[in-house]
Amino acid sequence: MGRYVIRRLLQMIPVFIGATLLIFLMVNVMGDPIAGLCGDRQCDPATAAQLEKEFGLDKPVWQQYLTYMGNVFTGDFGTAFNGQPVTELMATAFPVTIRLTLVAIFFEIVIGITLGVVTGLRRGRPVDTSVLLLTLVVISVPTFVTGLLLQLLLGVEWGWIKPSVSTDATFGELIVPGLVLASVSLAYVTRLTRTSIAENKRSDYVRTAVAKGLPHRRVVTRHLLRNSLIPVVTFIGTDIGALMGGAIVTERIFNIHGVGYQLYQGILRQNTQTVVGFVTVLVLVFLVANLLVDLLYAVLDPRIRYA
Amino acid sequence: MRGATHAKWVACAAAVALVATACGGGSDSGGGGGDGGATLSSSWGDPQNPLEPANTNEVQGGKVLSMIFRGLKRYNPETAAAEDWLAEKIDTTDSQNFTITVKDGWTFSNGEKVTAKSFVDAWNYGAGLKNNQKNAYFFEYIDGYTKTHPDDGSAPSAGTLSGLKIVDEMTFTVKLKQKFSSFPDTLGYAAFAPLPQTFFTDHAGWLKKPVGNGPYAIDSYTKGSQMVLKKWDGYPGEDKAQNGGVTLKVYTDNNTAYTDLIAGNLDLVDDVPAAQLKNVENDLGDRYLNTPAGIIQTLAFPFYDPDWNKSGSDKVRTGLSRAIDRDQITKTIFQDTRTPATDWTSPVLGEEGGFKEGFCGDACDYDPEEAKKLIEEGGGLPGGQVKITYNADTGSHKQWVDAVCNSINNALDNEKACVGNPVGTFADFRSQIGDQKMTGPFRAGWQMDYPLIQNFLQPLYYTNASSNDGKWSNEDFDSLVDKANAETDIAEAVKTFQQAEEVVRDNMAAIPLWYQNGSAGYAERLSDVRLNPFSVPVYEEIKVG
Repeated sequence: MGRYVIRRLLQMIPVFIGATLLIFLMVNVMGDPIAGLCGDRQCDPATAAQLEKEFGLDKPVWQQYLTYMGNVFTGDFGTAFNGQPVTELMATAFPVTIRLTLVAIFFEIVIGITLGVVTGLRRGRPVDTSVLLLTLVVISVPTFVTGLLLQLLLGVEWGWIKPSVSTDATFGELIVPGLVLASVSLAYVTRLTRTSIAENKRSDYVRTAVAKGLPHRRVVTRHLLRNSLIPVVTFIGTDIGALMGGAIVTERIFNIHGVGYQLYQGILRQNTQTVVGFVTVLVLVFLVANLLVDLLYAVLDPRIRYA
Repeated sequence: MRGATHAKWVACAAAVALVATACGGGSDSGGGGGDGGATLSSSWGDPQNPLEPANTNEVQGGKVLSMIFRGLKRYNPETAAAEDWLAEKIDTTDSQNFTITVKDGWTFSNGEKVTAKSFVDAWNYGAGLKNNQKNAYFFEYIDGYTKTHPDDGSAPSAGTLSGLKIVDEMTFTVKLKQKFSSFPDTLGYAAFAPLPQTFFTDHAGWLKKPVGNGPYAIDSYTKGSQMVLKKWDGYPGEDKAQNGGVTLKVYTDNNTAYTDLIAGNLDLVDDVPAAQLKNVENDLGDRYLNTPAGIIQTLAFPFYDPDWNKSGSDKVRTGLSRAIDRDQITKTIFQDTRTPATDWTSPVLGEEGGFKEGFCGDACDYDPEEAKKLIEEGGGLPGGQVKITYNADTGSHKQWVDAVCNSINNALDNEKACVGNPVGTFADFRSQIGDQKMTGPFRAGWQMDYPLIQNFLQPLYYTNASSNDGKWSNEDFDSLVDKANAETDIAEAVKTFQQAEEVVRDNMAAIPLWYQNGSAGYAERLSDVRLNPFSVPVYEEIKVG
């Protein structure tokens, strides 16, 4: 197990370097970021040159990348154009997005798996059909539509929530945005769990468990669910990264100042330091989440052993 | 007992009368109803640059500066006229050497006195190349600028502007490198604001929580999400805040801000999204403002491209101008938040300031027949097609560029005469312009820095001026601008600037499209809301409750 983890950690290094290099090059290809700083006019050449020097943009790209990576390893992610260190931006943005992701994951697990189990056990019944139809609707409607609709209905028409999230972004405020963010994944989790449960319901070990006279509850939770969760866990694990990076739309609708907001602004202002910094951390989150998922397999299925 | 009953009635009557007059008094003065201590919330965008006066060149940062700073002059929110504010007097005999006396009794909100030194230090800081101030060129008229801010980017040979001299505590002199009669009127721009000593001694601390001398003081500032401003009780000026403070909340999307306003979660939105303009009358009624701002949108041309700079090109440009149905586009796409332009300035200048309705004449009137004829006479469209370049990331540029192209195509009976050429981000758009890569007309917007006709002409059309993106160059225009700047009589100067504008018109150096209005919507509990000519709400006048 230990050796497996080390091997996986070592594999992360080339992935990490490749991903950051790619992002770095992409942002650089977009053109000269200084040009956008002076509004609808030309920056005066002397100031522009001075700014380029300050942000290290006067050097060739490979050199910029090396200096940047060197700094990253000492914990310095550079400075955004508004003079704030990127680490400071991260310190404000990540907690918010992590909270949002937690809310979303919570909904995925609780609602998604519950619905999946219920429908999987009652295949073909009205409950199953209606939930299937519902998930189909959720999957086919884009997130921004659900988001705007819920915002308008709950926030403006009925006045149950505030249409936008305050600076503090507490868990309570993030319930609706979290639900919107989770909606599509939630539908997938339901469907995955349902299929998996329905399939395993007819397997030998379930029949054995029932034959042993185990209570129904125990058969479902210990034997059936545990074995059916492997594809679901894989999905949720990879979804963590996707939720954190892909919250741009939801964060925009509900005015949440998280990672999506910083990335969006960074891209608009062509702020290499912000974009590369945030993406780097997201890449790390993705890699670690994947590793955790793989390790969870062994917990769920004793047959899986890592050497 | 009888007496007592009478007394009771008298007391009642008196009470009724008192209440009635109180109410009456309230509505008369318009101030009785407002709660001077209540605060309001307003939409905001994250400022792009650090909040230094000489480094802020966009509206969002400018919004804050307009609340926490007062300069030598202040532009009247109604008429846009420059009025003396911190300036006791500004004297000159030759339009080149100015003696400025600062009013006594002004302090910064931290108690420090505003003196001549506060201004001179601030201006020297703004003009210093090593400070990376993006508005540094505002100081370029002051003598010695080329030494503190060498154009070639070499090390500055002087730390301070030689044209600025402190005479005594409240007086300083300014020597310009050339005659510039309207120089005093430019001093209301934020870049010329005074700065307290803490700005220099504890710069990082100041940036975290800027200190100024305006009607508001910053209470707390969470970068990227919100700023809480409180009324500064010690503010010595006439334009004291009529509310207890303003909370500026950062919105990524102005649609969310608008939704928040409708839901009662926000008091003031100063940018109504284009998509909501159709509903705004229904949603807000008379709580919607749509007032002229000093912004003009034009189509500029790449004069560095020989195809656009040959004999007859002016006819092609005029032809294109006549092929654009401005009336229809401003009505259908902008819901009348833009007004068809008929000159190259802005209505906020007023007649006296140099705005002249209909100045453009026929050249801005929609006439497909004439347009076709002019373009043919001028040798046709270069390459058979015009591509209008614009940035697609903000505003509703795509919609209007497509509409302009449609209008041109219909006028010329050629479906391929005009197409839009979107560029992904504003930064990339600007860098392509800077690299002179434009091959056809491109979007050019101009928001005035100060309400002077000079500001609408010189930076945009003078040879090699800072915003002359198309690199248009015309000797007649340049000499007229020089002459106008040297003119000591303001009315005469305006007249000469208009002559210069005639040169722009006759050459169609840029196609004027429309004047942009500022728009805002506000909650029922606010009153006395209006936008100044810079399309920023006049926060200090707003009453809450």
